[in-house]
Amino acid sequence: MPEALKIGTPKETFPGEARVAMTPDSAKQLQKLGYSCLIQSGAGAAAGFSDKAYEDAGVEVIKTAASLWKKSDIVTKVRQPDEKEARHLTKGKTLISFFNPGGNEAGMEAARAKGANVIAMEMVPRISRAQKMDALSSMANIAGYRTVIEAGNNFGRFFTGQITAAGKVPPAKVLVVGAGVAGLAAIGTATSLGAVTYAFDVRPEVAEQVESMGAEFVYLDFEEEQQDGAASGGYASVSSPEFREAQLAKFRELAPEMDIVITTALIPNRPAPKLWLEDMIAAMKPGSVIVDLAAERGGNAEGTVPDEKVVTANGVTIVGYTDFPSRMASQASTLYATNIRHMLSDLTPEKDGQIVHNMEDDVIRGATVTYQGEITFPPPPPKVQAIAAKPKEKPKELTPEEKRAQEVAAFKAQTKQQVSLLVGGGLLLLLVGLIAPASFMQHFIVFVLAVFVGFQVIWNVSHSLHTPLMAVTNAISSIIILGAMMQIGSGSFLVILLAGLSVFMAGINIFGGFLVTRRMLAMFQKS
Amino acid sequence: MEFGFTTAAYVVAAVLFILSLGGLSGQESAKRAVWYGIAGMALAVVATLIGPGSGLWLLSLVLIAGGGIIGYYVAQRVQMTEMPQLVAAMHSLVGLAAVFVGFNAYIELGRVLTMGSEEREALEGFAAILAHKSPVEQSILKVEVFLGVFIGAITFTGSVVAFGKLAGKITSKAEKLPGGHMLNAGAGILSLILLILFLNGAGIWTLILMTLLAFFIGYHLIMGIGGADMPVVVSMLNSYSGWAAAAIGFSLGNDLLIVVGALVGSSGAILSYIMCKAMNRSFVSVILGGFGNTTGPAMEVEGEQIAIDADGVITALDDADSVIIVPGYGMAVAQAQQSVSELTKRLRAKGKNVRFAIHPVAGRLPGHMNVLLAEAKVPYDIVMEMDEINDDFPDTDVVIVIGSNDIVNPAAQEDPNSPIAGMPVLEVWKAKQVFVSKRGQGTGYSGIENPLFYKENTRMFYGDAKASLDKLLTQIS
Repeated sequence: MPEALKIGTPKETFPGEARVAMTPDSAKQLQKLGYSCLIQSGAGAAAGFSDKAYEDAGVEVIKTAASLWKKSDIVTKVRQPDEKEARHLTKGKTLISFFNPGGNEAGMEAARAKGANVIAMEMVPRISRAQKMDALSSMANIAGYRTVIEAGNNFGRFFTGQITAAGKVPPAKVLVVGAGVAGLAAIGTATSLGAVTYAFDVRPEVAEQVESMGAEFVYLDFEEEQQDGAASGGYASVSSPEFREAQLAKFRELAPEMDIVITTALIPNRPAPKLWLEDMIAAMKPGSVIVDLAAERGGNAEGTVPDEKVVTANGVTIVGYTDFPSRMASQASTLYATNIRHMLSDLTPEKDGQIVHNMEDDVIRGATVTYQGEITFPPPPPKVQAIAAKPKEKPKELTPEEKRAQEVAAFKAQTKQQVSLLVGGGLLLLLVGLIAPASFMQHFIVFVLAVFVGFQVIWNVSHSLHTPLMAVTNAISSIIILGAMMQIGSGSFLVILLAGLSVFMAGINIFGGFLVTRRMLAMFQKS
Repeated sequence: MEFGFTTAAYVVAAVLFILSLGGLSGQESAKRAVWYGIAGMALAVVATLIGPGSGLWLLSLVLIAGGGIIGYYVAQRVQMTEMPQLVAAMHSLVGLAAVFVGFNAYIELGRVLTMGSEEREALEGFAAILAHKSPVEQSILKVEVFLGVFIGAITFTGSVVAFGKLAGKITSKAEKLPGGHMLNAGAGILSLILLILFLNGAGIWTLILMTLLAFFIGYHLIMGIGGADMPVVVSMLNSYSGWAAAAIGFSLGNDLLIVVGALVGSSGAILSYIMCKAMNRSFVSVILGGFGNTTGPAMEVEGEQIAIDADGVITALDDADSVIIVPGYGMAVAQAQQSVSELTKRLRAKGKNVRFAIHPVAGRLPGHMNVLLAEAKVPYDIVMEMDEINDDFPDTDVVIVIGSNDIVNPAAQEDPNSPIAGMPVLEVWKAKQVFVSKRGQGTGYSGIENPLFYKENTRMFYGDAKASLDKLLTQIS
């Protein structure tokens, strides 16, 4: 068996980056896949994981980045590698990290030239099977949560409305633009803090999700066919100029009312669309806060400065931080490391510590940007259609009249059926009565009534008691013992013998049937 | 004692029996209901013993006691997984008893008819009833005896075969002699001819020959039905044993026999109906055996079956809030109900919402799964019927399918050409994640491919159900 491959995680070099791609927990799981794990000393410190914690989890702690890169067969990272790190890539090494392949052609070319295989975490296709490794979503979730916290930090009032002895406080009004993963997380956080939350998205099909999070979806009066996010892998795409105008008009209308605006609108591989313009900011009340999650790509709001907090002339704070996940490094590292671990688990079908880079697999193929000296970006479209592909067909609501008509029709049909059954049955009985003697008819009436009672009673028996029902009917069908007991007094030996046998068998049944039923029923216990 | 007393006792017994069946509508009232049944039976037996017409009461008592000991012994020892066999075996006893009692009635009739009128006056009990019958009544009696014996004989061999199949003593595959159902039909027609001969006084040989034919029909009919259709078969035989008792009741002029026979008969008939409906098949097609022809090529199944190990299942269970377990016959075969119960207990202790979804035809006996789970101390209020729980699957995080196949087959809804198209199934695939515990990659009873196993949210957890669950238990505390 070939030697187990080594997975190594260096300390992030990007200024201010506190996350780490391997946690002690994820390392334990990776070791179960057959790998051995390495970590650069101090890599987890900023996220709250000490070298000691890694050692306890069986991870080898390496002093320098250079020797870690050299020793590792697989390197997992958070940020895309800088030029210095890229020089460590060699043929056959696998790098798993965010890579920004759309805007990092130099890095991609460098990796190709070195012959390293690169898996870009942001390229994981959005299909249900790959959700567990969708790092963009898990980071966006954290970012969304953090935007609200940052907003609250800069907002001078309560989120929730209160009536106190010192006066009435109105609830804060929050508008979330873009209901992706981050947007939804922001909505959830804002509503749970007690704010009145509104949300807007260009994809009308997310309205249901928005409303399920407790926010109100802002609809546009716009006739044009709105875009279907499922066609583009669940992401938004560029909208028409007319649509944009309608959208901006709506925002202008909302701006004076809103206390907090959180913008999360991104279109893959494009600069962020400008949605919150100067005049809207000017219309906002002093003390309001805008948190622009799209700051890294230029921002949705005019006046956003990446990585900075600015206050406008009319007292509106615009937060343009780009490192929200890193501001919650411990949580972000845990989730990201789990995403990486799931990716590696898919890459290691045999759990033997060997990578099988299966380029037939939709997820692995989609995320791989360089493989064996070739650039494999952009990937072919996934074979499987993304989330929420089918708009739900709602069953047509019936009007009260239609419902009534249906009920009447059903009632009539039922009556008709019952009457015809009764008439048919009655006729049949009469027919029998014409031929059969009176003594037979007496018994026959008893029989018909008993069948009738039986049908009425048995329908009420609960499904779960069908086995006891069979056992008990079994026991009572041994009532045939009465017949045998009446015959056993006969003068004929043969009759006595047969009757005796019948009594004996029925005896087994009576006792067996009742006892086993009791045994079963005693088992049925309520929780 | 007078006849009036016996009749009064019978009326009370009949009421008690009806209450007994009616009480089975709920788990708590059922515990009382069994006592009604027992009281009714005791009353009926005692009233008959001390009433007119019974002789040799000591012998009767001894025989009842003897039978009772065996019955007691069996009832204490039987495993809950063996319930289907036990029920089938008990049906066969009722069937055989009906045959004997029917024969006796005929023999007695013959004996009484040879007597002179003075002797007849001196007769007691059953013979006395016979003695007062007019010729028309006598032929009606003969028809009743004939019917009672016929149904009883089919019940007897049918139940014996069903017992053998359920106990694994004979192959549970559907097997037919060459000629198939024509043989049964032939035997049936022959019996009808024998009935006419019998009525015209052809003697006891017609009765005996008919009994043999009915034995054959019972054997051959049930041999032709496969294992998974056994719920229908067992309830059908349950019904037959009732009708046999009712027919004998007619010939003996005993109203209590008629009432109870009719109750049992209709109970079995309703159970068969419910089972058939749950498989979306007609009663006739089940009895005639095998699945109907498909109407076109089956839908292509895309994708592959992806296996998962215990670790993966545990991680998913840890993350899940709501879990639904779908047990099937495989759970009974592997005797896994205790492990399932333990798993349920531990998951519930962690605050997860664990429920069970029971398809009406899961297992080999109506309500089989409920009894197994009850035995393993799973509380009955988390065990749901199909209709109660089917709408909840989309909101469920994890579904664990243990040893069931056709009852969770999405082809029933998605593929109009499937042999099981239209059968109501548990919609497990709508849950976020489905784990299927299964021994291998084979198909279910119906022999059709199950697209569930190929779905994106399905993972196959191969291995014996009990061993697999125990593996899970070692890692969940």
